Amino acid sequence: MSIVTAERVSSEPPETTRRVNRGHRTSDYPLWFLAPAFAVLGVFFFLPTVFNFVYAFTNWSSFHDDIAFAGFDNFQSLFSDGTLVRAIRITLVYAVLVAIMQNLFGLGLALLLERDTRLNRALRVVFFIPVLMSALAVGYIFQALLKPDGGLNQMIGALTGTDVSIAWLGSTTWTIVVVAFVNSWKWMGLAMVIYLAGLKSVPEDLMEAAVVDGAGPWRAFRSIRLPLLAPAITFNVATALLGSLNGFDSIQATTQGGPAQTTEVVDIFIFRIFGYGLFAQATAMSLVLFLLVTVLAFPVIGYLRHRERVL
Amino acid sequence: MNRATNPTVRWVRPVASIILAVVVIGIPLWLALVTSAKSQGEANLPDLSLPDSWHIGDNYRQAFEQGHMIKALAGSLLVMVPAVVGVLICGSLASWVLARRAGRMTSLLYSAGISGIVLPPAVVTIVLLLRQLGLAGTAGGMIFVYMGMYMSVVIFFITGFVRTIPIDLEEAARIDGARPLTVFVRIILPLLRPVIATATILVCLYVWNDIFYSFFVLGGGSVTTLPLNLYSVASNNLYQNNWNLIFAYVIMMSLPLLVVFAVAQRRIISGITGGAVK
Repeated sequence: MSIVTAERVSSEPPETTRRVNRGHRTSDYPLWFLAPAFAVLGVFFFLPTVFNFVYAFTNWSSFHDDIAFAGFDNFQSLFSDGTLVRAIRITLVYAVLVAIMQNLFGLGLALLLERDTRLNRALRVVFFIPVLMSALAVGYIFQALLKPDGGLNQMIGALTGTDVSIAWLGSTTWTIVVVAFVNSWKWMGLAMVIYLAGLKSVPEDLMEAAVVDGAGPWRAFRSIRLPLLAPAITFNVATALLGSLNGFDSIQATTQGGPAQTTEVVDIFIFRIFGYGLFAQATAMSLVLFLLVTVLAFPVIGYLRHRERVL
Repeated sequence: MNRATNPTVRWVRPVASIILAVVVIGIPLWLALVTSAKSQGEANLPDLSLPDSWHIGDNYRQAFEQGHMIKALAGSLLVMVPAVVGVLICGSLASWVLARRAGRMTSLLYSAGISGIVLPPAVVTIVLLLRQLGLAGTAGGMIFVYMGMYMSVVIFFITGFVRTIPIDLEEAARIDGARPLTVFVRIILPLLRPVIATATILVCLYVWNDIFYSFFVLGGGSVTTLPLNLYSVASNNLYQNNWNLIFAYVIMMSLPLLVVFAVAQRRIISGITGGAVK
């Protein structure tokens, strides 16, 4: 090992020392390898995010040619007519509902189809199909299914022998739940395969020991498998929660934010007012979403980094 | 397990599973399938019954033409292929260095590199930036936006994987005098195949089905994609009720991914789960 390397060793933290001692120089891993990735990230991801903090405070719109500083005007108008609080509330309710339903369905399916039989393998594929479909397509299917005179009401009518015309997508209170269900339906197959992988990591003899000790199925599940499923649960809940803060496609295809804007999550709102040419207001809302996710994401990034270290 | 010894109980679970699959997945997909074969009048009220008269050829041809399927397919591929290849090349190069270098600087860069997994893209100002760069409404702009959006996922997956590769493998080549780029291409890249497969699947899945970001970036431009055209076919529904065409389009558009999945289903599922649960 050269003297230069040895000198560097003494001035760097212990982790580096260990690596360099094993004979590696940082010049083996040139920094310019980072350049293309960080150039793309910098220009097309971080720069627009910086712009968010600037243009949210301007009057940028399709109605005038120049862009001027406007202070907190956008936030004030979003706040004063109640849109800001409403959009945030609806988005949070939606994300929590999706996280709950997607994980309950996914875990339920994983437990149901856990044993490695030919039938179960085939059924897992079936439940995975919606994951591959476009959320827009899924949304249209459910829009047709959930119409007042649509397929679902016909089926319920046939089963009960009465005329049913529930407006599944027309309730200002409950449609948000229906819309969250549709998104959970689309993604439950992904949660299922991740839970299946998690269940596989639970040692067989641990379960047998529990049964020998007289634990019933519920007790064995609660005390042994649920704790060992923790990594899968954390991953699934975190991705479902943060992912659906960005929810758009399936809602746009089923309700377009209606009825009476009660399913208008932040991204639907941004899309709508961007269409009106109110670019600065859309930017302000986009900034609000960014801040909301950042606040909620810190624990998640911490978790992902922790997992990296364990790896 | 002792439950399996009871013959009635043994049948409950498989039968319940089948019924569940038929009701939960089968009915919605059936609705799309039968409606896509109905006449416009009959599809007006989409239900689960079989068509009175079959219009498969008509509907699919019309959806194909109205939805400019070939142009949309070409646009989808034109955007997806370079975006996926680009993000994987840039991402794996960076991941190798991020995984092997130590120190506070690297750790900071890594955190920045994976932050896009959770942070939402600034979709409105992306449009502004692309206009300034002259890339608004172009395939190039869309490709860079997708690369920026999914770079973090790629860096996260590949960096984690590189750390499991023994460093000694690189050493042998280095002793022979190989330069970093040669070491990367000859030694590391071939070993990354499984994780690159996982990342490819995930990014393709997102890009192929994306509608939100392509609305903003491609809206008004000459390039279009399959989901964008599905949206415009469905928007006609407001004044001409064309559920038959919508679902014909949905089925044609979903087929490529379903076929790929049918062929490589085992690898896809193990690829996706491999990244999530360790």
